[in-house]
Amino acid sequence: MRKLRIALMIGLLAIGMVLVSCGGGETTDDTAENTTTEETTAQEDTTSAETDTSDAAADECGEVVEIEWWHISTIEAEQAYWQSKADEFMANNPCVQINITVLENEAFKARLTTVMQSGEPPDIFQSWGGGVLWAYAEAGLLRDISPQLEGEWRDSIAAQSALELFGRDGAYYGVPWQWGAVGIYYNKDLFEQAGLDPESPPATWSEFLAAVQTLKDAGITPITIGEGDKWPGHFWWVYLAIRNGGEQAFLDAFNRDGSFTDAPFVKAGEDLQELIALEPFPEGYLGFTYNDSAAVFGNGEAAMELMGQWHQAVQRDSSEDGAGVANLGWFLFPMVEGGAGNASDVLGGGDGFGIGKDAPDEAVEFVRFLTSAENQTAALEAVGFGPPTTTDAQSAITDPVQQQILEARNAAAYFQLYYDQFLPPAVGGTVNDAVEQIFAGVASPEEAAQQIEDSAALELGD
Amino acid sequence: MSDVRLFSGLSNAVSASPEKRQAQWNKALLIFFFLTPGFLLLIMFLVVPIGQAAYYSLYNWNGLGPLDDFIGLDNYARAFGETVFRGAIQHSLFIMVLSLAVQLPLAMTLALILIRGQLRFQRFFRTLFFLPYVFSEIVAAYIWLYVYNPRGGLLNEFLSLFRPEINGTAWLADLDTVLVAIFFVLTWKFFGFHMLLYMAGLQNISREVEDSARVSGANEWQVLRYVTLPMMRSTISLSVFLSILGSFQQFIVVWILTEGGPAFRSELIVTYLYKFGIQRMQLGFGSALAIILFLMTLIFSIGYQRTVLRQTLAE
Repeated sequence: MRKLRIALMIGLLAIGMVLVSCGGGETTDDTAENTTTEETTAQEDTTSAETDTSDAAADECGEVVEIEWWHISTIEAEQAYWQSKADEFMANNPCVQINITVLENEAFKARLTTVMQSGEPPDIFQSWGGGVLWAYAEAGLLRDISPQLEGEWRDSIAAQSALELFGRDGAYYGVPWQWGAVGIYYNKDLFEQAGLDPESPPATWSEFLAAVQTLKDAGITPITIGEGDKWPGHFWWVYLAIRNGGEQAFLDAFNRDGSFTDAPFVKAGEDLQELIALEPFPEGYLGFTYNDSAAVFGNGEAAMELMGQWHQAVQRDSSEDGAGVANLGWFLFPMVEGGAGNASDVLGGGDGFGIGKDAPDEAVEFVRFLTSAENQTAALEAVGFGPPTTTDAQSAITDPVQQQILEARNAAAYFQLYYDQFLPPAVGGTVNDAVEQIFAGVASPEEAAQQIEDSAALELGD
Repeated sequence: MSDVRLFSGLSNAVSASPEKRQAQWNKALLIFFFLTPGFLLLIMFLVVPIGQAAYYSLYNWNGLGPLDDFIGLDNYARAFGETVFRGAIQHSLFIMVLSLAVQLPLAMTLALILIRGQLRFQRFFRTLFFLPYVFSEIVAAYIWLYVYNPRGGLLNEFLSLFRPEINGTAWLADLDTVLVAIFFVLTWKFFGFHMLLYMAGLQNISREVEDSARVSGANEWQVLRYVTLPMMRSTISLSVFLSILGSFQQFIVVWILTEGGPAFRSELIVTYLYKFGIQRMQLGFGSALAIILFLMTLIFSIGYQRTVLRQTLAE
């Protein structure tokens, strides 16, 4: 009998251990969260300090409203700025507790997908708008903030086309806070060295190809690109499609009245092939990451790079001397002769805040506070983010290149968000792959267009 | 084996005395309680997820919202229709064949040299060769990212001593060299493990058997061919088994080095699964891929165990 009892005890103990380890899943998750997220100790201190005060304040306000906020500004100064604004808001609203989680970009995307799938989105999170955000909205995971947005808040936003990417059918699920344009950064000194006029960069595609040839003849690598990451290459193809087909071609293909195998999309691939045939890129560019490429540009080893508003800072930080290109210029993507698009149409994007379905009113108020003209101006002065979205904060942009980007963004007749954000993730990914295959010389323009169309037919309908 | 004893014990118990029957029951209970936790874990973390994946694989589903778009076996048809997926299978097979043809013989040669060659500093070399295996795959991949760097990477710096024009070659960005370059890293990473297996196997073979063959007039090659290798059969079949499974499940090294690029030329089955199933939010399609991979490895494992491993164990 004694043996049996011992056996029973051991068995129960074992089962108990299994149950404990399963039940404890949540707790281990939480610890993992604390270790993987890059919350600085300083932040943790403030958060725990806040918890203490809010416990005390809890008596006065009845219940403390907690707001979960995930952002991806891992740079220290930016983190500190966001934390200071959260602290300021909490000081003015003693019954609100804001918990910030800072994640690295790729880690953020993976984590967000997981929590979305489990139906528990954070109250405020980094969003680029477009297809991914719409997929979440369609699944009922986001909060419609249009009642709060209408009127004064909405009118304060200069980048209205950007705002539209955070809404659908009259409902809005977030707002953009910085928004820019993709354009060609160039090294004025290298242009001059090759005998090109640095003050009048090429305005048309054939002028552009001629300039590339001139640079090459002068022994200068004309263009650098981080094609290992794929999305930098997609900028080239999409811009050519925008110039060739304009807004209508894209809308037709997207709404399935047309197709991604229509003439402008094939022509985009052909134009791109024409550029690739000049061999303007550094050796091994198919394996470069964006940062490798930014270093090449920042070190003055290539004359041009097609990139978004963040590139100015990145090429500077990636360069060997930390100073970047001394004489930096920027011009909008050249117009393709005979194309249906406007020369002012812009490809771009930026950052915004998405609002989760269970977000309290205070979270929406907080986002409004963060995106106010005063705070956008403060952010520009404190950290130097990209072009702000509110009209009144625009004057805080003083850098000539950033001013050009801001002007291009506001003047765009048609503003196209990056395809890999605008389209459903599967189609966006296919665009990146198909364009990479053009760069690698393994797919013809027709084949690339067909791959994109096949994926679009699957995801968007025939 | 315990289940066999359990049942024979129970059948005996029918005719046995009450005390004996009691003892048999105790034994049965004991076994039950010891097995239950393991079974629960197995069911929760293996059987249930596989069942779920099989279920999801029948739907067009992005992982959000309800499963309401039933498409039958379309995901499977799509997978086998994709040239990229077929390419990924080919690349996995390529890695597998090269591993068997190059990596394992290399490991065997080193093991023979270390154990039979009576080398000085045997321990030092053993540690040195085993070191790459101790590194995490992530660390190994990052090391090789630097080695392969076209601009000033160790490999190009070294090769350009002999042929200067080689500098600047981007091994991982070239469509023709990328897969071989990756295979090289995998070999570097894993040969030490196989070498250690072989060394353990070699140490189990008595020297006297080999010596008696020598006395009988066999030369060194014949000793190796007809005595040593046949006696290592079980070790070799185990290492072949692990090597094949490893080739099909490889992910981390390839992901860090190339993410399957350029232009899918280094895409393997698992990188394809991750990219197209998870990253692009096509969880139904991704589940179908996971089931395909699962069935491939399962069928291979069972087949291999029933034939090769059973034979060697029987010997």
